[in-house]
Amino acid sequence: MMQRLLSGDYPRSRALTALLLIIGVSLALGPFLFPGVRAFSMLGMICVFIIVVASYDLMLGYTHIVSFAHTMFFGIGAYGVAMATDAFGNGYGAVLAGIGGAVLLTIVLSLLLGLLSLRVKAIFFALVTLAVAFAFLSLVTQLYNLTGGEDGLAVRVPRELGPAFRPFDEPWVGFDVVGFFSGLFSDPGNAFKDALFDVRVNGRHLVYYIAFASAVAVFLFLLRMVNSPFGRVLQAIRENEFRAQALGYRTVFYRTAAVIVSAVLATLAGVLFALINRYVNPENTLNFELMVFILLMCVIGGMGTLYGAVVGTALFLLAQNYLQDLLKLLAGHVEKGSMLAELVGPDSWLLWFGLLFVLSVYFFPAGIVGQLRLWAARRRQRRAGNGGARRDGVPAQGESHAS
Amino acid sequence: MSAHDELIEPRPQGALGRFRAFREERPHLFLLVLMMLVAFFMMDPRTWVVLTISGLAMGAMVFLMASGMTLTFGLMNVLNLAHGAFISLGAFAGATVLVHWLNGQAGEASVWANLAAVLPALGFALVVAGLIGLLFERLVIKPVYGDHLKQILVTVGGSIILMELIQVVWGPNEIPVPRPETLTGAFLIPESLPVIGGVALEKYRLVAVILGLAVYGLMTWVIERTRTGVLIRAGVEDREMVEVHGYRIRLLFLGVFVAGSALAGLGGAMWAMYREIITAHMGDELMISVIVVIILGGLGSIKGCFYGAVLVGLINLYVGYLEPRLAAVATVGLMVGVLMWRPQGLIPVIKV
Amino acid sequence: MSESILSLSGVSANIDQYHILHGVDLEVPAGELTVLLGRNGAGKSTTLRTIMGLTTVTGGSVRFRGDDITGQPTPRIARKGIAFVPESMGIFSLLTVRENMILAAVSGPMDEQRLNWIFDLFPPLKKFWNRPAGNLSGGQKQMLAIARAVIEPRELLLVDEPTKGLAPAIINDLAGAFEQLKEQRVSILLVEQNFNFSRRLGQSVAVMNDGAVVYSGQMAELADNEELQHDLLGLGLGAHQ
Repeated sequence: MMQRLLSGDYPRSRALTALLLIIGVSLALGPFLFPGVRAFSMLGMICVFIIVVASYDLMLGYTHIVSFAHTMFFGIGAYGVAMATDAFGNGYGAVLAGIGGAVLLTIVLSLLLGLLSLRVKAIFFALVTLAVAFAFLSLVTQLYNLTGGEDGLAVRVPRELGPAFRPFDEPWVGFDVVGFFSGLFSDPGNAFKDALFDVRVNGRHLVYYIAFASAVAVFLFLLRMVNSPFGRVLQAIRENEFRAQALGYRTVFYRTAAVIVSAVLATLAGVLFALINRYVNPENTLNFELMVFILLMCVIGGMGTLYGAVVGTALFLLAQNYLQDLLKLLAGHVEKGSMLAELVGPDSWLLWFGLLFVLSVYFFPAGIVGQLRLWAARRRQRRAGNGGARRDGVPAQGESHAS
Repeated sequence: MSAHDELIEPRPQGALGRFRAFREERPHLFLLVLMMLVAFFMMDPRTWVVLTISGLAMGAMVFLMASGMTLTFGLMNVLNLAHGAFISLGAFAGATVLVHWLNGQAGEASVWANLAAVLPALGFALVVAGLIGLLFERLVIKPVYGDHLKQILVTVGGSIILMELIQVVWGPNEIPVPRPETLTGAFLIPESLPVIGGVALEKYRLVAVILGLAVYGLMTWVIERTRTGVLIRAGVEDREMVEVHGYRIRLLFLGVFVAGSALAGLGGAMWAMYREIITAHMGDELMISVIVVIILGGLGSIKGCFYGAVLVGLINLYVGYLEPRLAAVATVGLMVGVLMWRPQGLIPVIKV
Repeated sequence: MSESILSLSGVSANIDQYHILHGVDLEVPAGELTVLLGRNGAGKSTTLRTIMGLTTVTGGSVRFRGDDITGQPTPRIARKGIAFVPESMGIFSLLTVRENMILAAVSGPMDEQRLNWIFDLFPPLKKFWNRPAGNLSGGQKQMLAIARAVIEPRELLLVDEPTKGLAPAIINDLAGAFEQLKEQRVSILLVEQNFNFSRRLGQSVAVMNDGAVVYSGQMAELADNEELQHDLLGLGLGAHQ
């Protein structure tokens, strides 16, 4: 069962398995474990961005194609739903029409991009996508009568997916884990009781679980894909394009196919984003900074592992939301107005993340997942006493070659 | 043994043949003339003159920014996506001189006093961007030679770090940069001249055009006429053979990288005075133009970079006048069109 | 045999994961022309590249005029006075003939007299002086490649298969040029497959097989001993190449 589900591609590290279980359980029961609007919206974003980053990994990690147009496809999905509901009202038909139009546009655009630049040279793709994504961003910003320009559009979601929809009269019970553990220190006696809270199930929870289910489905689909013959060819092209060509594979076809699949998945993630966030603008869907964040999540998590997308996304979004609080705390201890205060100020969290990113490219090119697997493999090797388990200890694709 | 030089292609016959030959042999000029002609018929001549000069001015500044990146790529096959950060850096360094250190001179109405502010500002931008470029090459780029994927990743990371550091040093807000007194305002072309009489040309744009042409001339001279230039061109073609002759190509590359960063800084400082407002992320927006320019021109080609920059400047201004909302789309559309026509760019120098 | 200008002892080298050289021992006598013979894939070119520091040495040592140059960066090796003409010739095809020569004259402006001597050796170079080198024919490119190597006095020339793919008349011209260099007592290590060309020029000879030197001695001995030729080079009797 597990074998089939994960396509035989296991985490291969106990620490990683534990980490994935924690993330999985937190997401599955999220609305009932973490109270508050901020936590709820972050959980939704993690689900959406797991799709975005995992699909990006298909290009970056498995095919070594660097694209800067992933947010463009994400934005196409988001704006597709937003514009369709804006025009046709909040029915399911409008949502479906938006999805259909967005996917169609994505396929056409990604096909053109692939044919245009993968023919010439892989690094051209990075530059061309960067320019095209920028042109798209500017177009969306400028065509304000269609897209709302800088202000963006509110997404009119169907009633069942909105906060007004209340399927149950009684509130459900949630258990605040963070509160419980901090309560254990301050007031152990009442910790359990204080941690209980009411959850009024509404349409937003429904959307959340649609996003969660989609994230799981897309992740398993991609895992299946990279372990299929198609995925093997992609990795063969990544390792040695000439050889793959000599073996008779049309490498441009395979690369373009990877780009299209990846782009379509990003579009679907954009659709989910629109439904969850119910508000799209260039800033939250198309921004260059967002693109860089996706790159960061993918690389820090571990390129070419897919599991890295899950770990990287969860970690990055946590940091984005809570590292600023931490830095604020730190800044409180430093003299105001000095350069040092600026360096540890809450606004400079990105500086530290950028540094972490560059260092991780140098020293842990396989990211968190790759490093965990490496440690696990070494431990297995030691236990096997330098003998028998050597083959097992050899890191698989994506670790030794993630550079 | 000398049969080779007699192999001269037959000259094309007839007007159409000559036109085709021109289009194929000088695609950069063909495109330039075509674009200017099309624009000429879509607007009145006086507007056209103003837009053309402004387009050339923008092209000159973008050329300054793009030349370093195209050479870095041509010579060492290094794709530096942090190039935009050096543009920002130059802008802030220049602004520091103009706004804080030599504010008095910049505000006076005398040309000499203004020059005494502008030249140090440009020089400071050049030096700061060059020095940080030196550090950047040693610390960030050196470990990832020969690996495009890692280059893209670490330079994107490096760009974040540099831009965040700019915000740490200069604060997170945009900074207004007043243009020096004598560079504001415009020249009036005398009314007596036919057609273009009475057209107002902004002084600063003329200065930008002149400076851009001067740098292009200087670079062309260095590349075409000096020993260093011979080495650079040879290095673009075959790094190993340059080393076989006893030259340390790493040093040559470091020099080119520093010069390229410095020029980006110069372009950034020019841009700061042009726009009169700067933000740390201005480099990101300009990077798009830079990327379009180097793809248009052919990676590694200085001449291609110059013509690419002029084309980008002109299309921006022409389209910006006819339909402001489509300026960016037209720029990128130009790139896509050229890529389909000539996948190697207008003046390719290396086998991609 | 005179004193060695270059000596390799037990040199091993890898290209990627492939072991190409397994302990090459080679002496290049000063002031002589040494020919390095061997089948395709014997490791001749890799030996030259390894001397130049273009391939990483994994064992053994390379000594040039007594100095250990093993593992030194290519530019430093070149500056010690070793010139290298690779099999591909390494012409900068976008540069003019003149610029190719300027680049080769490492220590400054070209010496007028020496340049004239080169023009006498290779007249086409004068004719195409300001043309892009890419327009030259194969033979002319080879002339340019050798001219670059000798535009300044060098201690040692490494030349990889200069006759490859050239017409007999041009090979004859090249041989004449090498004769002149020999007269000037320039030390030369020449990799060749063309045995007649080698026999005409070579004073010493070394034969490689499977990444190691299997024979070295005087060219005259090898030239006279057809049996040995047959054993080492697989040449038919009469050296028909």
